[in-house]
This record gives sequence, structure tokens and C-alpha cells, in this order.
Amino acid sequence: MAVGKEIRTKIKSVQSTRKITRAMEMVAASKMRRAQEQMAAARPYAMKMRNVISHLAHAHPEYKHPYLQQGREVKRVGYIIVTSDRGLCGGLNNNLFKISLASMKEWSNKGVQIDACAIGQKALSFFRRVGGNVRSQVTHLGDRPRIEKLIGTVKVMLDEYNEGKIDRLFVVSNVFVNTMTQQPTVEQLLPIKAQSLDATMQHHWDYMYEPEAKEVLDVLMTRYIESLVYQGVVENLACEMAARMVAMKSASENAGSAIHELKLKYNKARQAAITQEISEVVSGAAAVS
Amino acid sequence: MAMTIHVDIVSAEKSIFSGNAEMVFAPAVMGEVGVLPRHAPLLTRLRPGEVRVKLAGGEEEYFYVSGGILEIQPHMVTVLADTAARAHDLDEAAAQEAKLRAEEALKDQKSEINYARAQVELAEAVAQLNALKRLKKKGQ
Repeated sequence: MAVGKEIRTKIKSVQSTRKITRAMEMVAASKMRRAQEQMAAARPYAMKMRNVISHLAHAHPEYKHPYLQQGREVKRVGYIIVTSDRGLCGGLNNNLFKISLASMKEWSNKGVQIDACAIGQKALSFFRRVGGNVRSQVTHLGDRPRIEKLIGTVKVMLDEYNEGKIDRLFVVSNVFVNTMTQQPTVEQLLPIKAQSLDATMQHHWDYMYEPEAKEVLDVLMTRYIESLVYQGVVENLACEMAARMVAMKSASENAGSAIHELKLKYNKARQAAITQEISEVVSGAAAVS
Repeated sequence: MAMTIHVDIVSAEKSIFSGNAEMVFAPAVMGEVGVLPRHAPLLTRLRPGEVRVKLAGGEEEYFYVSGGILEIQPHMVTVLADTAARAHDLDEAAAQEAKLRAEEALKDQKSEINYARAQVELAEAVAQLNALKRLKKKGQ
């Protein structure tokens, strides 16, 4: 019987789509857990660094590092945009682009130029489409981003800051609130804000430096910024996985309801065909007798 | 009981060691340093080598670091270890590479951001997502 052949094929195809989205959901869930662990593991380093730097900021060292000096006149700003490499994660990247655009536009309305740094394939293709002065990029960081891959990319921006080409540096990435909520945020990296260092130090003291304050502080500041960017990347990864999990979950549910509707349609068609056949047989028999 | 000093060894990717120790040895750039409790505050760079932690029981633990920073306060030692081999030249090379990649990927494009175009594109994406949401609500 050839009733509802098309409907049956359609049901099959939706079913196999659902299989894929279900699998993706589960993969994303397990990857999210791992990313969250990585996020937690990266935290102590940044926290310790922040402690050291807050000591420094309050210790009146003989050498004031340029990263700690506020109030440079702003002519050009740098943005590090952290996105995912892959799509199928709901509005995650779009929300991020929206907030970065708003922030960039604010600067450009003041006549400030903008340099960008793209982390992740989506950021790169976004800038490719809409234009923008992209100074450095890195993509395909994988599920376990390593800090090595970020060093060069971040250094380009830090060098620009050191040379006075840019006067502010921001990082835009998603902050993991919980599985359902990811908050895109713009954070200022340079100059390091004094408020972000807690002012708990009462008495004044300074470290001894070996070999020299400048050299040690240079390394320290670079590492600090790198660790902040790294944290942004790892956190963004956790966000990506959470967003994908939610998106795939709702896709699976949608597929379920689509299958339900199609089955209803198919059964109706089948019943109609049977009814018609019976009525044909009955009327045929009536004509003979 | 002997005095102890709190030791944290962390890298950007994970926390490696945390605990109390009697003494810590670390490979500073100016020579190996041994740190006892109540050491004066010191901030120094590390060269690649071994950090030895002498635990309270007299046992020793070894950690290899490929460089980093050592922070000493009277009752606390923090080793901020690097995870990668770092040198000025290496970093420079990595930066050059990142720049090249960017230039390569975005060869023929304007350096001005086209805000209008970007906004249209984002609006489209948002509309698509909203449509999906509505679709889902209707289905329930």
C-alpha cells in the first residue's frame, strides 16, 4: 500500500535529525563539565597574580609600570573578541557581537580608532564580513585551549599598547553564569583598573626585586594579562558548550513534536485510505447482488 | 614543631601544589634560592629547573617548572609557573605569526567597520532566533 510514502520518509529523516541533535546535546554536556573544571583550575593563577599586583600597586615601588598608569588620552583602542569556532550554539556569538559593536561604536563616535584581535573562527569571519582592522587572530583552540596558542596573539596587542599605538585594551567574552545563562561582557584589560585590585593593604612595604623591578614586573604584567585572556577563552568555551547543550535540547524537543504531528497526519491518511477501500468494496458488492 | 611556610605552586592552566613546608628551594635567575619561614618579601623570575619543597615531615617533593615568577612573603611562597617554554625570541615569533595569520585571513577588506552592515546582519540573526522561539512556544 503506497499510502503516505512521503510522510513516512519525512518522519524517518526527522527521526535521524533528532538522533544527531540528541548526540550533540550529550557531547556538549560532557564537554561543558570538562570546560568548567578547566575554568576552575585556571582561577588560582589569576587570583594569585592579582594579589601580587595589588601588593605592587599599593607598595609604592620605585618603578611604576605603564600598565598601572591611568589616564592616558585615548586615540585608539584595542578589542580582543573571544568567540567559539563552531556554530549551532544559539545566540551566543551574536549576543557577543552585539555588545562589542555597541561598545566599539561608542568609541568611534568620539573619533577613536579601533584595532581588533579575533579569537575563534566566528570572530574572524564576522570581521571578514563587516570589516575592521584585525591585528592578530587565532582559531581552532580545540576543547582544551592551551595558553601557548594565545601568547603570540595577545603579545601583538600588548606590543601595540607598549608602543603607544593603542591606549586602552578590552576583552569581550561570555561569562558563565549558569547552564541557562551566559552573559556577554566587555572588560578593560589595560590599563589595569585600580578598583579591580582590592585595597586591603594598610602599611607600606615593597618587595626586593631580582634582577630588577622593571624586568620582573614586565614579565609579571604580561603573564597577568595573558592569564586573563586565557580565562576568558576557557570560560567562553564553557559558555559555548552550555549554549549548545540548550540549543540542541530544544532542537530535539522540536523534532519530537514535529514527529508527533507527522505521525498524526500519516495515521489520518492511512485511515482515510482504508475507509475509502471498504466503501468501494461494499458498494461493489451491493451492485452485484 | 618546626615553623612552616605556606607554599602554592600554580600555573595558568592548573593548581599544581598547595600546602605547608619547612623550606622551599627554587631556581631563580640570579641563582638558586632557599626560602625559610620569615623570609623578606622578594619578587624574582625563575629559570627552567626544579622547585623542591621540603615538607614538614622531612619528605621532599619535586616540581619541574619551565620558568615563571617567585613571590615570597614572610609566611607565604607563591610559584607562578609557566606552562610553556618562554623566551623573548619565541614570544616575538609567535606574535609575528599571529599578525601574519590575521593579514592572510583578511587580505582584501576595508579596515573601517561597517556598522550599518553589521547591525543588519545581527538583526537578521536575532529575528531568526526569535522565530525559532515562537515556533517552539506554538508547538507546546
